Amino acid sequence: MAPPRLYKTEAIVLRQRKLGEADRILTLHTPAYGKLDAKAKGVRKTTSRMSGHLQPLNRCMVQLARGRTMEVIAGCETLESFQRLRDDLDRLSRALYVAELADRFLPERMESVATYRLLLETLRRLQSDADQDIVLRYYEMRLLDLSGFRPELARCLGCNQPLQPQQNFFAPAGGGTYCSSCGAGAAGTRTLSLNGLKVLRLLQRASYKETERLSMPPALAQEVERHLRSYIVYMLERDVNAAAFVERLRREQQPLEV
Amino acid sequence: MNEQTTAAPGPVVRLIEEFHKLPGVGPKSAQRLTYYLLRMPVAEARALAEAILEVKERIIFCATCQNVTDTNPCRICDGDRRDRSMVCVVEEPMDTLAVERSGSYQGLYHVLHGAISPMDGIGPEELKIEELLARLRGDEVSEVILATNPNLEGEATAMYLTRLLRPLGVKVTRLARGLPMGGDLEYADDVTLTRAMEGRQEVEQ
Ligand SMILES: [Zn+2]
Ligand SMILES: [Zn+2]
Repeated sequence: MAPPRLYKTEAIVLRQRKLGEADRILTLHTPAYGKLDAKAKGVRKTTSRMSGHLQPLNRCMVQLARGRTMEVIAGCETLESFQRLRDDLDRLSRALYVAELADRFLPERMESVATYRLLLETLRRLQSDADQDIVLRYYEMRLLDLSGFRPELARCLGCNQPLQPQQNFFAPAGGGTYCSSCGAGAAGTRTLSLNGLKVLRLLQRASYKETERLSMPPALAQEVERHLRSYIVYMLERDVNAAAFVERLRREQQPLEV
Repeated sequence: MNEQTTAAPGPVVRLIEEFHKLPGVGPKSAQRLTYYLLRMPVAEARALAEAILEVKERIIFCATCQNVTDTNPCRICDGDRRDRSMVCVVEEPMDTLAVERSGSYQGLYHVLHGAISPMDGIGPEELKIEELLARLRGDEVSEVILATNPNLEGEATAMYLTRLLRPLGVKVTRLARGLPMGGDLEYADDVTLTRAMEGRQEVEQ
């Protein structure tokens, strides 16, 4: 349903880009109108009263005017600024990854209360003391689910038999998992350990609360991250830019932890 | 391009298209500029064309601070009245103009040529960060002022640089919060910028 000419909605700013001399185009995620672009006029000038409210990752109440090509922001006020995310580079890099995924998976202008709620809860969790990488894995799996890309983790994509509790194969191009005999010859598959499969299944069916007890040794965490990432990149047909920065920070932090 | 444009002679269309590639120039402005130039005396048009070529041929990046310059080192890096113990790190060459105009700073600069923007795939390796670290290996510099823009990318860049610079034992400061979040440094007025410079604070982290 088309929104009225002037309307108010809650929104999370996913990203922004410069437009002309002093304007920006913002990509917003709203619950009722889904993802949409909106023009913010004059916000790069230091006299703008709106610019601070329209930073990426802000949750705000915006007033939008329907324009010819895109909405124009008529007013806004911050509801939640996620300051702890902004003050910590590790959290910030992950939050940007989360926002980029939402931007890439969501279609334009389709009501999407569920992904909005997921995004909001994920940003809040990234502010908490929860294991940040588990927060990301849970978000990835839920977002895949809500976008219609739920990977098959119960049965073999080849023979349709239930997967046995042993090493199997993960195949992004097939949309899920192959058993040990079907997967060995299939192209583009990677081995999936039994623990890896268990974690992926848990992420798929559990509530976030239930995943909080999860604790993965580094090798397993890496395996799960690799599988989910390859699946996402396959579905999006492109890399997720912000992932590189998350990885870089992790790499550069490592020597200090020894 | 609309009908009016496609009906125009080839060279006119070409110039409109070239103008249209510039930042902030839409199709209408591109047409307006082109038809303005058509009425311009030949000498003026030639002067404009030569100025454009001269910029491309004579302007280089200072090997020290990475600012645009026609001499290497640039006049600021080479100036004998500058305080060589301070380096002010900015995103773009235009930001040095804003700080210079405010008259509140006598030290040196370092131009990153951008800010970290993970979603756009712009990481630290795209910026002139290695060059900054190389400058700090000597012991001449005692303070680095992070004057990146007060927005998400600028803050991310400042946090990242703080991580890199801290272990080098150099004092790292950030412009005071007087600059409104989301505004660009190049648009800051002199008073605000001077206040932000004077009120800069050491970064904790
Ligand atoms: Zn099978
Ligand atoms: Zn220089």
